Amino acid sequence: MSLPYILIALLVLAVAGYIVGRGKALSSAGGDSRELHSLPGYYGWNVVVSILVPALLLLIAWLIIQPIVLDSQVSSKISEETIAASSLDLIMSDVVRVAEGLDLAVSQGVMSADMASSIRTELTDVRSRLGEIGVALGSEVTAETLRAAQTYRSISGTGLLLRSIAVLAAGLIGFAVGVMRTNKDFRARNVVETVVRYILIAAASIAILTTVGIVLSLIFNTVEFFRLYPAADFFFGLTWAPSFGGGSELGIVPLIWATMYISLIALAVAVPIGLFAAIYLSEYATSHVRAVAKPLLEILAGIPTIVYGLFALLTVGPLLMNVFGSGGALGVSWMSGASSVFTAGAVMGIMLIPFVSSLSDDIINAVPQAMRDGSLGLGATHSETVKQVILPAALPGIVGAILLAASRAIGETMIVVLGAGAAARLSMNPLEAMTTVTAKIVSQLTGDADFASPEALVAFALGMTLFVVTLGLNIVALYIVRKYREQYD
Amino acid sequence: MTDTTLTPPSGKTSAPTPNKITSILELDPLTKKRNAAEARFKLYGIIAIGIGLFFLVALLWAILSNGLGAFSQTFVKVDVPLNQQQIDDAEKSVVKTSKYRAIIDDAFAKELAGANITTEMSAKDLQKLFSSGAAATVRDYALANPDKVGTTVTFELIASSRVDGYLKGRVKREDLAEDKNLDAAHLDLVDQMKSAGLLEKRFNWSFITGTDASDSRPEQAGIGASMIGSLFMMLVVLFLSLPIGVAASIYLEEFAPQNKFTDLIEVNISNLAAVPSIVFGILGLAVFIQFMHLPQSAPLVGGLVLTLMTLPTIIISTRASLKAVPPSIRDAALGIGASKMQSIFHHVLPLAMPGILTGTIIGLAQALGETAPLLLIGMVGFIASNFPDGVAAGFFSPNSAMPAQIYEWAKRADPAFYERAWGGIIVLLVFLMTMNIIAIILRRRFERRW
Repeated sequence: MSLPYILIALLVLAVAGYIVGRGKALSSAGGDSRELHSLPGYYGWNVVVSILVPALLLLIAWLIIQPIVLDSQVSSKISEETIAASSLDLIMSDVVRVAEGLDLAVSQGVMSADMASSIRTELTDVRSRLGEIGVALGSEVTAETLRAAQTYRSISGTGLLLRSIAVLAAGLIGFAVGVMRTNKDFRARNVVETVVRYILIAAASIAILTTVGIVLSLIFNTVEFFRLYPAADFFFGLTWAPSFGGGSELGIVPLIWATMYISLIALAVAVPIGLFAAIYLSEYATSHVRAVAKPLLEILAGIPTIVYGLFALLTVGPLLMNVFGSGGALGVSWMSGASSVFTAGAVMGIMLIPFVSSLSDDIINAVPQAMRDGSLGLGATHSETVKQVILPAALPGIVGAILLAASRAIGETMIVVLGAGAAARLSMNPLEAMTTVTAKIVSQLTGDADFASPEALVAFALGMTLFVVTLGLNIVALYIVRKYREQYD
Repeated sequence: MTDTTLTPPSGKTSAPTPNKITSILELDPLTKKRNAAEARFKLYGIIAIGIGLFFLVALLWAILSNGLGAFSQTFVKVDVPLNQQQIDDAEKSVVKTSKYRAIIDDAFAKELAGANITTEMSAKDLQKLFSSGAAATVRDYALANPDKVGTTVTFELIASSRVDGYLKGRVKREDLAEDKNLDAAHLDLVDQMKSAGLLEKRFNWSFITGTDASDSRPEQAGIGASMIGSLFMMLVVLFLSLPIGVAASIYLEEFAPQNKFTDLIEVNISNLAAVPSIVFGILGLAVFIQFMHLPQSAPLVGGLVLTLMTLPTIIISTRASLKAVPPSIRDAALGIGASKMQSIFHHVLPLAMPGILTGTIIGLAQALGETAPLLLIGMVGFIASNFPDGVAAGFFSPNSAMPAQIYEWAKRADPAFYERAWGGIIVLLVFLMTMNIIAIILRRRFERRW
């Protein structure tokens, strides 16, 4: 039985369980629900819970364990020499493809089930047989692969059968136990509520699981990368020149430099504009102006980054080319292509304006009114109050906001992929194309590189660097913002 | 206005007295300086807001002026006689469309003669006026309508992207100097055809409902298939992130004890909200595709990655709306004998629901526009040339998504595809705007002040 059918069967069982449980509870109280400890529905839910919880847990465990067992069983069939000649991963993926091809052949009626488990490469051309039904195999099927594939099929077939039996048995046992426990004094509500509570805890823990997943997926592949490529060369190398034939130089310094440069330009655009906008909106603007201008500015934050990327590539880049490029308005040729550090930085700055302004707005509004009144009462002008009282008081919070904006800028992908260029360079000229950490993660992982090569794995090391840097910035920023908020609460 | 900014009453314009005794009604130089500084400061604020709004207008103008062209398309009207003999011949040959192209060439030559347009161009050159997909259009029609064979059918064939661009003003005559696909003689012909009524520009439904086309046929590319991909992704996001987000928020807001574990969850949520989206893409690649062997480029995987990304947004907004429900509601429910769980599920949650839905829609809108993680799970480079057949295929078979499709077009470095990319952005923004408006209406309608 395949997965959807098992789930449907469990669902049917659960509905039956609800009706039986509720009925039994009511009849044990002589049809008078006031005699029951809990509302009648809870007895039904209690049975549902005792069916689904063990059955689903077993199913999940089975789904995790079966592939591992299958893998180790099948890979033990493959001889050392074959593994030495290629890699275990490649052979295993061949085996799985052949096995799936055989499954397909059986389900389409091209082969009988007996035939699929008994064919030999010596007698049948498996590759062309499978090719006929649309399963393309990269290489000729060896006798060993075919045998492994047949073992794979038989084990996974038995596994599926056992899985259906075990899961349904668990459901039925749960049904019986749940119904047996049901009587009018049984505290069904407490049981159900405990289960619901655990479900809530599990949902909340997904945040932790996600972080763990991110860290693990980065660490494993990064360690793998450093086994193939020296860490010192990665962190201190001044050239980034991946070549998929091997002999690449993968130094992160030019990427970090461009990332910092672009972020700096973005902040140079976003911070003054955002900060002044926030000061004006929170200190000077009438409520009408505020009601119009604030949401309008925030539209900028709601526009997807791909739009900014296209804006950089097709509007801002050519515009800058017309000014700084050869034959441009200034008569200089500082710029050789539309994509450049400045293009990406300026557009990213536009994107960050509402981010800086709404965070600073919150922080400025959190400064107590008494401080303003005190300063104004002593005869300071409004702008003097802002500059000498409000801003110093809000400074830590504003620094936090800027750090958050910096972390956004460093992690931004689409704008730099489209607007910054593809060549890694260590240069001071902001009008030159450079490339960043995020852009290279995309290009290394979307290319045709073999997944186990250092050229592809380097993306994980880059991702790790990015994750650590942004995490550090976020933690510092959140700490500052939170500490500052407490100060005036 | 503060005391210091008081201006002197009008009429008092005498020069400031040189001695130290000044009137309160006259401004001394320092006050003037301070007032000027005040005005300057205020002006900086206005300029800052002005720049921000200018960027917004510039962005929208760039989108609209470049993208609206994608919604109209030039068609060439040709009366094609469908002849059984020719069709049979064409179906027998190896390259079927080339025979159909010959049929179109003949019909088009007749059409030109009928409109009194003379040209010295060869049939091969004239073909450049049509999209390379035109022959397939005729073939599909002829095969689908065998009863029309033997009659003359008026086809509206898609013009090539260059001709289309010329009529939209995107392609200028001087651009054609280095273009081997079209030259000035073509454009003269196009002008003549236009005045003869053989060309028609009209609304391009196939851009909205169609599928992506290969590199050489930008005029046939549409965003429909990737819209379906995005739809399936959003379904996954909605059905996972709403229940999980609400459950997590209820736990954190109502049940969680003050301990290390709760702190850990809270710190994780606030950090995940700020983790760059590309890192989620790496997570999706490593966990869902490498480890769990889910199919690449599938909307299911995209949906799972976006779910993890949207969860923090939904949790934060849900917690805010749970917090906004006054404690008296909880106390009243507990007071008449409800359990804590009952008070929350029967009373607090329904009252918080409008806020939760608003937050969810905004989270979905964010997820809809997200591109970077989709690149890593293989949604780019995949040409979404077919609609998924069936619901299961919609989740599991490779597809693109709207932002990934836009990126794909932007990468192809062809002005005709750039036009499509801008057009795609308009479609995407219309969706985002609709979602946000629904969220605002929901909030206005159901928001309660306690």
